Amino acid sequence: MTFLNLVIYGIANGVLYAAVALALVLIWRSTRIVNFAQGGMLMFTTFIAWDLVTKHGANYWVGLVVALLAGFVLGAVAERVLVRPVENGPPLNPVIVTLGLLLVLQAVAGMIWGNGLSSFAPEFSLTYYHAGHQVILFSPDYLFIVIAVAVVLAALYLLFQRSPLGLRMRASAFNPEVARLLGVRVGRMLTLGWGLAAAVGALAGVLIAGTSPDYMNPNAFDPLLILGFTAAVIGGLDSPVGAVAGGLSVGVIQALLDNYVSNELDAFYSFVLLLVVLMLRPNGLFSRAAVRRV
Amino acid sequence: MRNPIDRARWRRVPMVLRHGVPAVVGLGVLLAITEGLPAYRNTQLANIATEVCAVAGLTILTGLSGQISLGNGAFMFVGAYTVALILEHEPITHNGWLVLVLLAAVAVSAVAGGLVGIAAARLRGPYLAGITLALAVGIPVLPLYSHLQGPLGGHAGLSVNAPSPPNHMDFFRWQAWICLIAAAITLFLLANLSSSRVGRAFRAVRDDEIAASLAGLPVARVQILAFVVSAACAGLAGGLFAIVAGGVGPASFSLSISLGLLAAAVFGGLGTLSGAVYGSIIVTLLPTWSGDIASHVSLSDKIVNNLPQAVYGLGLIVGMLLFPLGIQGLVRRLGMIGRNALKTKPAGN
Repeated sequence: MTFLNLVIYGIANGVLYAAVALALVLIWRSTRIVNFAQGGMLMFTTFIAWDLVTKHGANYWVGLVVALLAGFVLGAVAERVLVRPVENGPPLNPVIVTLGLLLVLQAVAGMIWGNGLSSFAPEFSLTYYHAGHQVILFSPDYLFIVIAVAVVLAALYLLFQRSPLGLRMRASAFNPEVARLLGVRVGRMLTLGWGLAAAVGALAGVLIAGTSPDYMNPNAFDPLLILGFTAAVIGGLDSPVGAVAGGLSVGVIQALLDNYVSNELDAFYSFVLLLVVLMLRPNGLFSRAAVRRV
Repeated sequence: MRNPIDRARWRRVPMVLRHGVPAVVGLGVLLAITEGLPAYRNTQLANIATEVCAVAGLTILTGLSGQISLGNGAFMFVGAYTVALILEHEPITHNGWLVLVLLAAVAVSAVAGGLVGIAAARLRGPYLAGITLALAVGIPVLPLYSHLQGPLGGHAGLSVNAPSPPNHMDFFRWQAWICLIAAAITLFLLANLSSSRVGRAFRAVRDDEIAASLAGLPVARVQILAFVVSAACAGLAGGLFAIVAGGVGPASFSLSISLGLLAAAVFGGLGTLSGAVYGSIIVTLLPTWSGDIASHVSLSDKIVNNLPQAVYGLGLIVGMLLFPLGIQGLVRRLGMIGRNALKTKPAGN
């Protein structure tokens, strides 16, 4: 029963890593850049929601929607202003620029909200469900998290696979030159893609902040970025389905290791996991063999 | 060095002299300066010299061999804990012993760098950035593991017996001396390395891996070597840190340390050793400067504490967007303008 419980708990947390991984994958697919500022962006938007809800008495749902909108704007502005100039340069430059943005966002959040710890109470209860006398490591809050992320996944699927806008976005990611020739505003599609990705990240931020008390701190979301990156790499960085599978596996592996080895080594596990995955399958566990044209 | 002939003649001076003389002269001047400095200035000097060791190693790795590392703080951690584990119970009684301890830090972190380098040689761009980021965050949590808490001291860390200065020399001055000498040796060795065959191999691999392997370079081995060199430098910096700070703890090696190293290398100009010096001075003194500004303009603590990090971040962004060559690039451009002005002057007369 413990094992099953840990798997359930791992999946519930893994859903959040999947959302962050998805945010990274969306950006990677369109611009071939890993957005290291993602952790900072979702931290910042979560603080905005927290500020509205706890300091200005706003409704939780208002806070959530504002965080999503703020994430969208932050992502779009970051792409247009900071990333566009370094997009086609050496791969090192966007890495450094997004890290710079991460540092700035953390510093500004510290300036506004301080570097202490505070709590962001979730809308739903954190009390675990019971099956008879047996505790199940799953709460109404986690149920909400799973549903919210599933809804977002479904919406993204519909957008990309079933709408003309999604087709244009896929075209600009797949082949910018040809897309441009066919009249797609490629630059606008990239900005939109970054905005959407950051909004998905913002959702993950607000959701995870509620899972434990005293979570809110400008640096608290760093592990989420690394776990999300690990999940995205497991999925191959290129596939949204892989990102979700990667997120769930990272969640379960983490829950098992936390229970059976030690729960102080989370950050070390991500490093080892990343190392193992990249050494065994440098293109991700869920990737197909790349075809190389000679 | 104003015209190409002078420069060619300069190049003919043996490399050891070309890099050794400036290193020795610079070191001599700095060591002399420490005489009149108050204790906290000497500590600042020691901190800058420590940072220089680590940043110079990173700038060789990222600027010369083209591999990004966000995780050199982890190698500092390895070096620092190596020194702390040796010195925890044994006070340093002899200066030769101090040298050996620091060399042990270098050796252990070089091995760690080799292990990471083997993995890194297979990875490119964002993958490498991501895994070194995980390294930077993942290694410093090891002392918190319940089975390692005993030997590594958990959250509290380990204390280090600081080396006692020779002949009644001032304690802080002696610490500055240790770090300055270490930094001078590091810079000298790296300058030689950079203009040697190895340095050329680094550049060749950075510029075009396929061309480099066609020219007969073992690309993966060259990349691993670059990682070993930079990890060794970071390990030395970690060892110096342990000695100057008088102790080590997991909190001293947070992600911001690693990102600070990268910021310093980028500020100074990636791939240039003089740039590593400028960058280290800026990054080390920024917190002091922002404290000074704050005391004049009465800002809140929240703002003052976060100001240095905001400046690092903005510096990384602005540096990449506007001055990709960093301070050293600016210095060189100004030098060129000055040289041209000197050249045209006699013609005008």
